[in-house]
Amino acid sequence: MKLEMKDSPGQLVAALKPISEVGGNIIAVIHQREPDLDNDTLNVQIVLELPEGRQERLISLLNEQGVRIQRIDKERLLYQRTVIMIGHLMHTDLSDTVDQIDSTGFAEVCELSMSMPAVNERSSSRITIKAVSKGDMEAALAILRRVSHQKSLLLIEPLEEIS
Amino acid sequence: MMNVALIGLGSVGRGVAGMIAKKDLGIAITGIADSQSGCMDPDGLDIASLLAGKSRKGYVSDQKISASDVIKKAEYDALIEVTPTNALTGEPAIGYIKAALSQKKHVVTSNKGPIALAYKELRMIAEKNGVALRYEATVAGAIPIMHTLEHGLAGNEILALYGVLNGTCNYILSRMAAEGLTYEQALMEAREMGYAEADPTYDVQGIDAAIKLVILANTIWGNGVQLNDIDRTGIDLLTPDALRLAEDEGCTIRLIAEAIPRKHILRVSPRIIEKNHPLVVDGTLNALTLETDMAKEITLIGRGAGSTETASAIIGDLLFIKDRYVQRA
Repeated sequence: MKLEMKDSPGQLVAALKPISEVGGNIIAVIHQREPDLDNDTLNVQIVLELPEGRQERLISLLNEQGVRIQRIDKERLLYQRTVIMIGHLMHTDLSDTVDQIDSTGFAEVCELSMSMPAVNERSSSRITIKAVSKGDMEAALAILRRVSHQKSLLLIEPLEEIS
Repeated sequence: MMNVALIGLGSVGRGVAGMIAKKDLGIAITGIADSQSGCMDPDGLDIASLLAGKSRKGYVSDQKISASDVIKKAEYDALIEVTPTNALTGEPAIGYIKAALSQKKHVVTSNKGPIALAYKELRMIAEKNGVALRYEATVAGAIPIMHTLEHGLAGNEILALYGVLNGTCNYILSRMAAEGLTYEQALMEAREMGYAEADPTYDVQGIDAAIKLVILANTIWGNGVQLNDIDRTGIDLLTPDALRLAEDEGCTIRLIAEAIPRKHILRVSPRIIEKNHPLVVDGTLNALTLETDMAKEITLIGRGAGSTETASAIIGDLLFIKDRYVQRA
């Protein structure tokens, strides 16, 4: 979200405080003084994660602090992971494999590239999944692991970034 | 001077003997044995002529003297045990190591079998007898991972480890990625280069990497992990298309051994990994990343196999023992 506030001491903290009050998680704060702007206001962009249904409460808290919200962009599925699957993907019902992720409600397959060298040969596919949260991504990968095992597919997972 | 007995004269044993003879390390070989013969001399053996004899006859010396005889009767401070790995039983190496430790001799080994299968018991025998059991050469060849864990990172809590621990798999995957080879073509090439055995199962199905992960996990966390506890997937079913699909995203595929105790993960599996990740090393190289509480991430890269490279790890262990225990002029 993009916010506009008075450029006076304590204003930025006042704008950030309500976010934690509603259980949000701040990912980035971008704060730039533009020289050609009126010097008594400050533009700040905040990237944050917010639990479902808390947005209205956050907006009213920010308004109480005298902070004006210029813009809100929403992205529901923040987490993205790419896996590769190898095996008889069509014969084992690829649309069912995809559906097992899509039907969760918290994760979906957003991209699929596939290569099928010849009939009866194993095909390879790259599947990109998006999920609401890190925990949901783990759950989606667990589903893929189970499905791959059942369908005798080789699942290649990404190496988790070192925390 | 420290006296050592050397059991095993394959490529590693010959490499160790050659380097001890060549370098002035304060180490003398007083007993030596291969699978068919042995000899001993408390004043030190003439290594050059014994190695020449070995390459001429196929065995090193007196066929009436066995490895066990050398271990029991030679005069030495430390045993170098470098016989081939038996991943199922660990024998005869476990017997050799026990015999030496029980006689209060230090042991240095490159043999994965005994350390993966009987580490706890061997460690106890060593402690009871007040001697050292060191095995730097069992994991990642020349990379001083055990010394790093024991000394350089002393006091750190190891939170996770990730490793490329099998040079054969890394070579095959590097070649599949670079040249678009099929798995079978890359394996054939690895065989021609001498990087893969006639029966590649042990390497390509991740068994070798899993055994090394067992050794590391037991060393770091003392958790009694066994080979069966490792979740293991090999590289033999990978397709060139899969590597290309990874490549399209700036990634590649490598066989990664991974241990994260807090998540109960012990796994060897092919993984998608960014090409600029420090674990993406070329050819037969090995690499290890440790994640620790104080040092954070540390990555070590080096040669995972080879006669002289493995000798480097063994000699590092020997000189550590010499400094720590054997104070002789």
